[in-house]
Amino acid sequence: MISETQKWKAGDRAAAAKLSSPKGLFKKGRGIVLGSILPVVLLIAWELAAKAGLLAPHLLPAPSVILEKIISMYRDGSLFGHVSITLTRVFLGFAIGTAAAVVIGAVVGYAKTAEQLLDPLFQAVRSIPSLAWVPLFILWMGIGEPSKISLIAVGVFFPVYLNIVAGIQGVDRKLIEVGKIYQLSPFQLTKRIILPAALPSFITGMRSGLGLGWMFVVAAELMGASEGLGYLLVVGQNTYSPDTVIASILLFALLGKVTDSVLKWIEYRSLKWQDSISNQA
Amino acid sequence: MLQINRLKRTFNNNQAGFQNINFSVDKGEIIGILGTSGCGKSTLLRVLSGLDSNYEGKISSNDGKSNIGMMFQEPRLLPWLSVKDNISFGLEKEERKSNKYQTYLDLVGLTGFDNHYPKDLSGGMAQRTAIARALITDPEVLLLDEPFSALDAFTKMQLQDLLLSIWQKKQTTMLLVTHDIDEALYLCDRIFILKGQPGEVFAEVTVEKPKPRTRGDAYLSKQKAHILNLLNVEKKAAGDEQ
Repeated sequence: MISETQKWKAGDRAAAAKLSSPKGLFKKGRGIVLGSILPVVLLIAWELAAKAGLLAPHLLPAPSVILEKIISMYRDGSLFGHVSITLTRVFLGFAIGTAAAVVIGAVVGYAKTAEQLLDPLFQAVRSIPSLAWVPLFILWMGIGEPSKISLIAVGVFFPVYLNIVAGIQGVDRKLIEVGKIYQLSPFQLTKRIILPAALPSFITGMRSGLGLGWMFVVAAELMGASEGLGYLLVVGQNTYSPDTVIASILLFALLGKVTDSVLKWIEYRSLKWQDSISNQA
Repeated sequence: MLQINRLKRTFNNNQAGFQNINFSVDKGEIIGILGTSGCGKSTLLRVLSGLDSNYEGKISSNDGKSNIGMMFQEPRLLPWLSVKDNISFGLEKEERKSNKYQTYLDLVGLTGFDNHYPKDLSGGMAQRTAIARALITDPEVLLLDEPFSALDAFTKMQLQDLLLSIWQKKQTTMLLVTHDIDEALYLCDRIFILKGQPGEVFAEVTVEKPKPRTRGDAYLSKQKAHILNLLNVEKKAAGDEQ
C-alpha cells in the first residue's frame, strides 16, 4: 500500500539534489557578483575623483594610497601585530561573554524562579550604556588587557543572554511532551530537546553579540592601548594621517565581515533542518 | 494487562475532564474511545501516558512499570533530526547508533527516506515516521490520540490500513482516541463511548467482526447507526450545540 511512486519519488529527489549542486554554485556566484557591483563602482569612482583632484588628499586619500599604507604596514610587520592583538581581544571577550550567557541564560530560561530572581537585575544592567563601564573597569583592572576583555565580554553577554532565554522559553511544549513520553531526565530533556530547539535563536544572539564585540573593542582600544586597530585610529588622528585611519576602518570592516561569515557558515551548517525561505532548494 | 479503576481528572470545578472511568484492556486488543469534543478523551490519554499526573484512581498493569508508546494528532517530529534519528529517538544511547530503525522504516513504508528532514515530508509521511517512532521501543500499549484526524481522507485510510497491518504482525495493544465513528468501527474490538462534562463511560460497543473488515460493511453501518443514536448527535445538532 505504500506506493511504488513514493519510493520512486525518494530516488528522484536524491537525483534532483545532485543535479542542483552546480546550479546552486551558479546561484552563489551570481550572488557574489551582484553584491560586489556597488562596492567596486564606488571604489573606482573614489579613485578617479581623488586622481582628478576633486577630493582633498589630507581629508580623503585615494584608495590606492590607503592600500599602499596597508601594504607598507604588512611589510614592516606591524600589521600582523595590530590585527592579532585586536582579534585576540575580541575572541577572548566573545568566548567569556558567550560562555557566561549560555550558563546563566539556560538557568533563567529553564527555571521560573531563577528568571524572577535574576532577570530584572540583568535588564537594569543592560540599559547602562556600554561606555559608562570604561572608567570603572579601568579603575578596577587598570588599562591592561583584563579591563578591555571584560568590557567586550559585557557587550557580548547581553544579546546572547537575551536570545538564549527567549529561545528556551519559546520551545514548543508539544516537543517537550515527546521527551516526557520517553521519560527523559531534566538533563536529557535539556540536551536532546530544549538546546537543539533553542539553537537558532542562540546563533542569532551570537551573531549580534559578535557585532557588539567589535564595537566594544574599538571603544576599549580608543581608551588606552599601545597596540591594536583601535590604537591605530588614535595614532592616525594624532599624526594627521587619514590613510592610517581609513586603513584601520577598512580592516575593521574586513575582520568583522570575515568573523561574521564564519558564524553564518556555522549557522548554515547546523540549521539545515529549518523550514525557512533561505533553505529552499 | 491494563486495568483502570475509578480514574478521575477534572478541570474548572468539575466542568471538564473525566471521572469514574473503569475498564481493563487485554493483550492485543484495540480499544476505541469515542466521544464528542470536550468529553475528556484526550485528557484520558494524557493521564495514561504519564503526561498528566494530577489524577485520582488507579492505573495498574501486569508487569508493574509499563512501557508506553504515544502518537499525537500532529506528528511532533523533532525538526533537527533526520527521519532515522527521529525514529530512533526513544531508544537507549547505544541502540540509537545501530540500524534498528531500518526495520521500522520499512514497516511504515518509508524505505529510502532515512536522511530526509521532517520539513521535506508530507503530512502522511511525517505521521508514518511518528508511527515508527512510537513502535520502535516495542511498547506494551500504544496510545493514539486522534492520530489521523489532521490527514486527508485518502491518506487517512492508507494509514488506518498500515496500523492494522502492524497490528497483525506485532499484536500491539492499542488505545485509540477518536471522534471518527467509521475509524473506530474499522479498527477497534471494543469501543467505549464517553459522554457528559466531565465525561463518563456511557456505553460499551463490541465489534464482533474479525479484522480486517470491509469499509461500508452492513454490520458496521448498523453499529454506526447504533452509536450515533447513543451519542444523540442529531438531536443535539438540531438544538443548541455546546
